[in-house]
Amino acid sequence: MANISQTNEAVGTNLMARALREAFYAGLIALGLFVLFVGLKTDQNILNELILVQRWGLLAIFVAIAVVGRFLTVAYIRPWFEERKAAKAAAPVVEREASFVARNFSLLAVLALIIYPPVMVGLFGFQGSLKWVDNFGIQILIYVMLAWGLNIVVGLAGLLDLGYVAFYAVGAYSYALLSSYFGLSFWLLLPMAGVLAALWGTILGFPVLRLKGDYLAIVTLAFGEIIRLVLINWTEVTKGTFGISGIAKASVFGIWSFDISAANNFAKAFGLPMSSAYYKIFLFYLALALCMLAAFVTIRLRRMPIGRAWEALREDEIACRSLGINTVTTKLTAFATGAMFGGIAGSFFAVRQGFVSPESFVFLESAIILAIVVLGGMGSLVGIAVAATVMIGGTELLREMNFLKQIFGPDFTPELYRMLIFGLAMIVVMVWKPRGFVGSREPTAFLRERKSVSGSFTKEGHG
Amino acid sequence: MSDTLLNVKSVETYYGNIRALAGVDVEVKRGEIVCMIGANGAGKSTLMMTICGSPQAKTGSVTFDGQDITRMPTHEIARLRVAQSPEGRRIFPRMTVFENLQMGASLDNLKYFDEDVEKIFTLFPRLKERQAQRGGTLSGGEQQMLSIGRALMARPKLLLLDEPSLGLAPLIVKGIFEAIKKLNEQEGLTVFLVEQNAFAALKLSHRGYVMVNGKVTMSGSGKELLANPEVRAAYLEGGHH
Repeated sequence: MANISQTNEAVGTNLMARALREAFYAGLIALGLFVLFVGLKTDQNILNELILVQRWGLLAIFVAIAVVGRFLTVAYIRPWFEERKAAKAAAPVVEREASFVARNFSLLAVLALIIYPPVMVGLFGFQGSLKWVDNFGIQILIYVMLAWGLNIVVGLAGLLDLGYVAFYAVGAYSYALLSSYFGLSFWLLLPMAGVLAALWGTILGFPVLRLKGDYLAIVTLAFGEIIRLVLINWTEVTKGTFGISGIAKASVFGIWSFDISAANNFAKAFGLPMSSAYYKIFLFYLALALCMLAAFVTIRLRRMPIGRAWEALREDEIACRSLGINTVTTKLTAFATGAMFGGIAGSFFAVRQGFVSPESFVFLESAIILAIVVLGGMGSLVGIAVAATVMIGGTELLREMNFLKQIFGPDFTPELYRMLIFGLAMIVVMVWKPRGFVGSREPTAFLRERKSVSGSFTKEGHG
Repeated sequence: MSDTLLNVKSVETYYGNIRALAGVDVEVKRGEIVCMIGANGAGKSTLMMTICGSPQAKTGSVTFDGQDITRMPTHEIARLRVAQSPEGRRIFPRMTVFENLQMGASLDNLKYFDEDVEKIFTLFPRLKERQAQRGGTLSGGEQQMLSIGRALMARPKLLLLDEPSLGLAPLIVKGIFEAIKKLNEQEGLTVFLVEQNAFAALKLSHRGYVMVNGKVTMSGSGKELLANPEVRAAYLEGGHH
């Protein structure tokens, strides 16, 4: 016994010594790396002379992060991981009963979203809830809708679309233009935007029918850019880069309006104090309803012949054809359905912002939506919703992190680093969960009993 | 209605400028098992794909059940109940066995699905055990069973099999060929298969063809071809010419 505890102690001191040593080296390397990049900065002074700004404090922070990080990794995090691994290997494999939360995750999430606005109003008051309901709630829901739409094209049908934002733009401009030129109502234009986007989806679909993989990706990328450039240059109609502002607000099915001057103003009708929060809360529920619709349609479609055909198409086009599936119509419907959701999300975006400009529809948006789909686990609705929350909510949270300014100085704007963090998050997720947050795919068909298909059998990156 | 189910007449197929089939004639009668044997690159799989319309024949004609299908798109040919277990099996790897079988039944929109799936599971009990597993996780033999099973789900009038024995252990090949024979005897299913495994294929088939460099050089009953010294020399005795 004494022997064992002695060796344990020896291992412990060894580990500490090694951790300290490695931390020291990490510090040295960091110092060497950053002394010129961070410690010294060239700047111009008021006389336009080049001066050297010394930033030793910042350098010290960088080095300290490296030292402490390395020490913690070697001394605590790695042994902890190894211990857990050993424990996992030692423990017998038992079918764990999924917890209540895991089993009813979707239902609980929807319930949480339904009570979200009142809770926020309760916590922060009407004015304070604006930020949480609008910036976090509505924005995340728009991205969830977009990602679910793209999921049909990329996740189910396996057609890599890098220009998805084009349909978002079509939807947004359909609403913006038709409502400002013809005064059509939101409730009429919402489905119409979906239909128009679906039409554009089909138009894109035709020329790319024969393309797959990388080639398809490039053409769709170009398509997205074409739409954006048309919006910029067709100034007579779209007002170019100025964008269209003063887009009409949505009304509660035409019964109550949110225009302050209108006679049937929502707040006036109910004798409530004036606040823009009502409109945002209304939009939140509307976005939630649209998301639910998108989820419902996707789930239903997956069980219908067309949905199965999409998935089969992703797997093997030749086999599909030899089974009597018309791959042309199958691809076009996938493009059209995905585009439709994009269009609906777009018109919702327009009504929420009250302003659209081509700047909102750059390639980066497509990339973000695609990243959400990939991170969530292609094909998994829950995973995608989680990914959207993390990604979009995370970026919004960055804006809130004012304490970072105290560390990095007042010039530091955390949201500029969101892409860096985005990339880091992607790498981390892809290393630890290569199939996305939710890697297992629920089979749509089963004989008698439902068995989930383990993600470990799936090819990486596909679900 | 004539006795002939599939009639391939002087078909030439090109890949770009390269002629893969140089005037092939093949006839398959109702209720027959017919095989096409030949070496690598003889054009066997091309013939199979030409019957399915991808690629289409440049000259000549393919007639199925009295209907000219030479210029028909692949999915429409499939809808005439020409089912294929293609080269390389081409099952849907990320869909379960059950879903794969469902895809096979999509022509009738799953009308006869329950009935047919039981039949497939009796024919290939292994598939029943593995039904909830992903296609891609099956062994080669099981994938071949799945590929044939999926083709059968379409209730075919003609079953096309492209090298069902490729890469499989002899015992499994035997099982699969027995299943094909059973289908033919019990349900009168017409089968056209191309094979490199000449011995097994000729033993199974009523009639056979031999293909060399995109041309049919010999034909006859399975027994005749098995006894033919040229065939024996080229395809049956270890490939010594």
